[in-house]
Amino acid sequence: MDLLEYKGRNVLARYDVPLLAGREAATVDEAVAAAEEIGCPVVVKAQVKIGGRGKLGGIKFADSVDEARLQATSILGMDIRGHTVHELWIQKATDIESEYYAAIVFDRAAKAALVMLCTEGGMDIEQVAEQHPEALSRLHVDPLIGFHPFHGRRLAYEAGAAPDVARQVGDLLAELYEVFTQEEATLVEINPIVITPERKVIALDAKVTLDDNALFRHPENAELEDSGGADPQEQMARERGLTYVKLDGDIGIFGNGAGLVMSTLDVVAHAGGAAANFLDAGGGAKADAIVASVEVILSNPNVKAVLFNVFGGITRSDEVANGLIEAYQTLKPTVPFVVRLDGTNDVEARKLLADADLPNVFPEATMDSAAAKVVELARGASAA
Amino acid sequence: MSILVDENTRLVVSGLTGREGSYHALNNRSYGTNLVAGVTPGKGGQDVEGVPVFNTFREAVAATEANTAMIFVPPRFAADSILEADDAHIETIIAITEGIPAHDELFVYNALKRTGRARLVGPNCPGVLSPGKANVGIIPAGFFKPGNVGVVSRSGTLTYQIGNELAQSGFGNSSIVGIGGDPVPGSSFVDIIALFEADPQTELIVMSGEIGGAAEEEAAQYIKDSVTTPVVGYIAGLTAPPGKTMGHAGAIVSGSSGAGQAKIDALEAVGVRVGRTPTQVAEIAMKILGK
Repeated sequence: MDLLEYKGRNVLARYDVPLLAGREAATVDEAVAAAEEIGCPVVVKAQVKIGGRGKLGGIKFADSVDEARLQATSILGMDIRGHTVHELWIQKATDIESEYYAAIVFDRAAKAALVMLCTEGGMDIEQVAEQHPEALSRLHVDPLIGFHPFHGRRLAYEAGAAPDVARQVGDLLAELYEVFTQEEATLVEINPIVITPERKVIALDAKVTLDDNALFRHPENAELEDSGGADPQEQMARERGLTYVKLDGDIGIFGNGAGLVMSTLDVVAHAGGAAANFLDAGGGAKADAIVASVEVILSNPNVKAVLFNVFGGITRSDEVANGLIEAYQTLKPTVPFVVRLDGTNDVEARKLLADADLPNVFPEATMDSAAAKVVELARGASAA
Repeated sequence: MSILVDENTRLVVSGLTGREGSYHALNNRSYGTNLVAGVTPGKGGQDVEGVPVFNTFREAVAATEANTAMIFVPPRFAADSILEADDAHIETIIAITEGIPAHDELFVYNALKRTGRARLVGPNCPGVLSPGKANVGIIPAGFFKPGNVGVVSRSGTLTYQIGNELAQSGFGNSSIVGIGGDPVPGSSFVDIIALFEADPQTELIVMSGEIGGAAEEEAAQYIKDSVTTPVVGYIAGLTAPPGKTMGHAGAIVSGSSGAGQAKIDALEAVGVRVGRTPTQVAEIAMKILGK
């Protein structure tokens, strides 16, 4: 779960991470009230989950409350690379002498947290590694040992942090590691860390990703998920407990098992088509889960044909066939379905479908032939 | 021969008294797997269809000489259960549980490396099947027969799909190993490919990868340096958009990292032939083994 900046910042605020005062705002009036409360000058920041918003006009300085009103009016509702701005973060402005960058990432390959510090702010981290390797320090943390104060000092001195703030920077890294482990994050990134003229070290931004699988231990974090702005099909699928990702194409996909569904999307693309979604009904899907899946797939108006690709393991193919028959009765779909079922009880499943004799349902024997057929049907629908 | 599980497997199941755990464990027993014990704290002394249940792994091992554990408990208990199995000197731990927190997996991985004892397969995996010998997990064994193709995969159903295509082309399997779809699997492609390389029965290795992480790239390097058995590859998720988790917690392209095409390129660069569809994998396998 990726958090909006201000929600990530509020998670950091539970720890001793030095932050600036601020308030979130969903309307212009709330933004004005926030600016009045905090005291100008303030910075008005668009809350979107995409980088580079500053360059695209999503971060503006305001000297006065009136100016804050103007900036909030222009930024709210703005489109930043396909992300509409629904919320703002109004933050106390500060003077900046220099900018650093810090990140803790979950390094899958190394099987360890990777802590990085860079004293060249405002640059791409790969660029720094290439052009100014002396300004970048990195450390893999052994999870059985943890992150200790000396690790922070080591990273700070190795990256060439200014000597008078090196201890503060090291302490900040230790706090960020605390956030990373205690909140079970998979990413904590601060870009930038600023050094003020008073030589204070402050985290000016926050990018935090939390592990969805750990939310049962952090019920308070489950509430940080955004309800607004979610795709309607993805929302619907979540409510029905289905794993669904919306895609750009026009062929609805139903399958069981993440790998097989990914493979199905690829085989459809290989046959010249494009999938409208990823949908994994999971192991052991029963008829009602299949009806719910069909409902979600068909609620996407782009869908011109649907491919059912199932290999029964724990999932029984006859359950899938029964689910599809039930879905036909309740939802009366108008788009064609191509069905390929193999595995547990596949013979019974094929017989069930043959007996039901559903209109516009095309059985196919293999994954490749099913993909070719569904692409042909979707094309036919587009041409008609 | 085969790898990881066979007629010497003595299986203890954590979560044997649960609905799913008992269903699959008893299925494994019906297949011929030597199911010797279950572990459920507080239910020691009971039995499930004649299989004795113990309160701790240590008791179970002392009483039954179990050497292989299957973990079937819910995510919040799974890390603890894996560590307990290792503490009791279980040699092979196969974790089926899906949804274990990433930080738990990180800790378990590093802890097992430190003790240097158990080999962990999974979590979030379908288990290991050595056809005709033993099945530990949820792989539908009926589709597979003994043979000389070793299969290692990050996915369950895709493994069955590829395995079935191979079976229809007349191939059997030495072992089928699901390493799981999570970000920190206990065993990697490299670990399993090394076992297949050392197994005289395995004449061809099929590896089925997917987007996310760099395990396939690491495997490519290892194959180049240390593997003489021919390898056929498959990568799922080529058309998946970046930044979206595709069902498996580990199946995500982050920025430029974890993309499918890069994995195919890495494998092909070291001479691994990569099928573009599961059917092509079987066709390539037929050519290599001269069928």
